[in-house]
Amino acid sequence: MLISCTQALEICNKAQYDEAGSWQIFKLKLHHVYCRNCKAHAGKNGKLTELCSKADLKCMDHQKKEKLKEEIEKKITTDR
Amino acid sequence: MGKATLDPSKWVDRYADYLYNYTIAKVNDQILAEDLVQETFLAGLKSASGFKGDASERTWLISILKRKIIDHYRRSNSRKGKAEVKINFTQDGQQEGDWLEERVADAGRINIEEEMQNEELGIAIEECIAKLPEKQARVFRMKTIEGIETEDICKELNITPSNLWVIIHRARTALMSCLEKNWF
Repeated sequence: MLISCTQALEICNKAQYDEAGSWQIFKLKLHHVYCRNCKAHAGKNGKLTELCSKADLKCMDHQKKEKLKEEIEKKITTDR
Repeated sequence: MGKATLDPSKWVDRYADYLYNYTIAKVNDQILAEDLVQETFLAGLKSASGFKGDASERTWLISILKRKIIDHYRRSNSRKGKAEVKINFTQDGQQEGDWLEERVADAGRINIEEEMQNEELGIAIEECIAKLPEKQARVFRMKTIEGIETEDICKELNITPSNLWVIIHRARTALMSCLEKNWF
């Protein structure tokens, strides 16, 4: 039932993406009872998740990116 | 420190999302933002011979993008001016709401401060992501911003799930300390 700090960090990261199971979360919380460092890290990690969702970051459309890459490559080769 | 050099074949992978989010914060339109990023890269290619290497590649591209954004606003402001004149001439001028400004919904006023803060936050996060090693930045973007499943990222990048979580851990730890310095 007791987990190492490395395991705790991995579960903590998975939890940011809702990929940690409830048993894992339980073990993580238990770990936080006796490990202040991991608890502090988890607090900051959660804050990062909150900030990322608040900022509502976006990625440029993949197809558009690929087209743009092709266009740039084309221009580079014609300029050579 | 040595002079910076340009590597246009890596521009899209390295800077497209950074420039894109920066532009969205300024113009609030995703399609327009894509067009402006594209124009920026093409203008960068055109003027690549003038790059002296005093600033980083990213700083140089951002300076081109800023000029593109200003040009866009100049163009749209002159279009808006024309539209106002047109409305004044075509309407009788007696009814309420003849002015273009009166027709525009003012829904965002209440949250404008919060919105501005979130835009600045977005730029701060992008600045921090840009400082990450390329692979960490890529994995972090795929997982956090694009929301791609772990399995799919592993397949695409040919890494194991444990590799992925180590990369994510490193990226997140670096981002936390970067944001602590630059945001809080």
